Amino acid sequence: MDSGRRVVVTGMGAVSPMAPTAPGTWDGMKAGRIAIRKIQSYDSTKHKVHIAAEVDDFGLDKYMSPKDARRLDRYAQFALVSAGEALADAGIEFETDGEKRRVKGLDAERIGVIIGTGVGGMREFEEQTYRLMEKGPGRVSPLLIPKLMPNAAAGNVAIFWGLKGLSYSASTACASGAHSIGLGADAIRSGQANIVLAGGCEAPITRVGVAGFENLGALSSNNDPLRASRPFDKDRDGFVIAEGAAVLVLEEYEHAKARGANIRAEFLGYGFTSDAYHITAPDETGDGPARAIRLSMQAAGVSADEIDYINAHGTSTLYNDKIETLSIKKALGEERAHKVPVSSIKSMIGHSLGAAGAIEAVVCCYALQEGVLPPTMNYVTPDPDCDLDYVPNEAREADVKVVLSTSLGFGGHNACLAFRRI
Amino acid sequence: MAVNKSEVEKKVIDIVVERMEVSRERVTPSTRLIEDLGADSLDIAELVMEFEEAFDISIPDDEEGVRSVGDAVNFIVSQLEASGD
Repeated sequence: MDSGRRVVVTGMGAVSPMAPTAPGTWDGMKAGRIAIRKIQSYDSTKHKVHIAAEVDDFGLDKYMSPKDARRLDRYAQFALVSAGEALADAGIEFETDGEKRRVKGLDAERIGVIIGTGVGGMREFEEQTYRLMEKGPGRVSPLLIPKLMPNAAAGNVAIFWGLKGLSYSASTACASGAHSIGLGADAIRSGQANIVLAGGCEAPITRVGVAGFENLGALSSNNDPLRASRPFDKDRDGFVIAEGAAVLVLEEYEHAKARGANIRAEFLGYGFTSDAYHITAPDETGDGPARAIRLSMQAAGVSADEIDYINAHGTSTLYNDKIETLSIKKALGEERAHKVPVSSIKSMIGHSLGAAGAIEAVVCCYALQEGVLPPTMNYVTPDPDCDLDYVPNEAREADVKVVLSTSLGFGGHNACLAFRRI
Repeated sequence: MAVNKSEVEKKVIDIVVERMEVSRERVTPSTRLIEDLGADSLDIAELVMEFEEAFDISIPDDEEGVRSVGDAVNFIVSQLEASGD
């Protein structure tokens, strides 16, 4: 659609294993720090996998008392803190009227919330299942359903800040964060909202959840925390599971200018496609992601020569990294593909599923603002199937104007987002 | 078996103070959960479950009579006395 309404990013917030803030996350990435360690969320002795990228204290108490925090599963708590940081970053202020918060100077009915997740409140579901087994159905918490439902992150953010525009959760597994951002931009372009808090969140590091991923064969069985996540490297063998969240404040451009907001980047558009192939494996032809990349370029009105960087999905699995490489070549052409740097931050913070696309969008905005590309860490041995420039092992200064971010979800959901420096 | 009402009251107040995050001085037998402590439907559901667990009793879903801390104490005492026969 072309309503003439442009979408910009005016605020960012993130809670990641690297740091519980967006700037902290970005600083750690520029330094190439690997935020993966031995699992502390539960006793992993009987499991095959002993490592994960976990979040420690993330400042929830700044927003909620323990009583109020109990109403949110961890995944929604991450979203709430990220949204809080993003709103403050955007200079959007609130006044309190008793218990309620009200936005100052803006129309709350024109502010929306779209926050996606892959598995939602799985942790709460697991805990209540144990309770049922130990004490019977009468002891299952009345909060189970409000905590586990995938829309709880979006719902609680809207409730906490009194945001009355459209709100929902977009769910596409590992691409949820990306889809949520694309849809948030659509809501602004279509005139439904002036501002949308858009992002993703995930807290999947639980006994049952990780066991499921282990037995699916998706996770690295290399239990060396500093070496397991190695996207595009010849010795990659699966991803490292992670948790976290990120939220962007997307805003209509004129609206942002009128209130003097600090504009971080412009969101140009997206490409969404489906593999229509397999529920967990990517299509070997790379056709789905290639089409998503090309569609995002069309939406952005840019040619392959104008793409300065691609933030890859780059999970560190054998198939994703090989097929994603192929799809980049298909989309940009073999020659251009070799000239565009591609990197994966999952080398540093693992794969946070529904949060990943949103954290990666935050990283893209920083890359554009600062002219720095985050590295792909642990890149030691090149793989003939992955022969692009992956910004190995060290962040790199680069004058970037247009960047793409790809996210490919279980179920064959492909998303590519396009951002431009402004 | 005689039920010690003041012990039940102390325990009920402990639970309410902890769950509703209010200071002890604010909670007396006449304190009403909804009107005075601002409890909503989820708070009530959670409190009922805590009472059930703490006293090992069952509180039926349609129990309408519990509006104040004192009501809860009286109800729990009568349940404990009935089951103690």
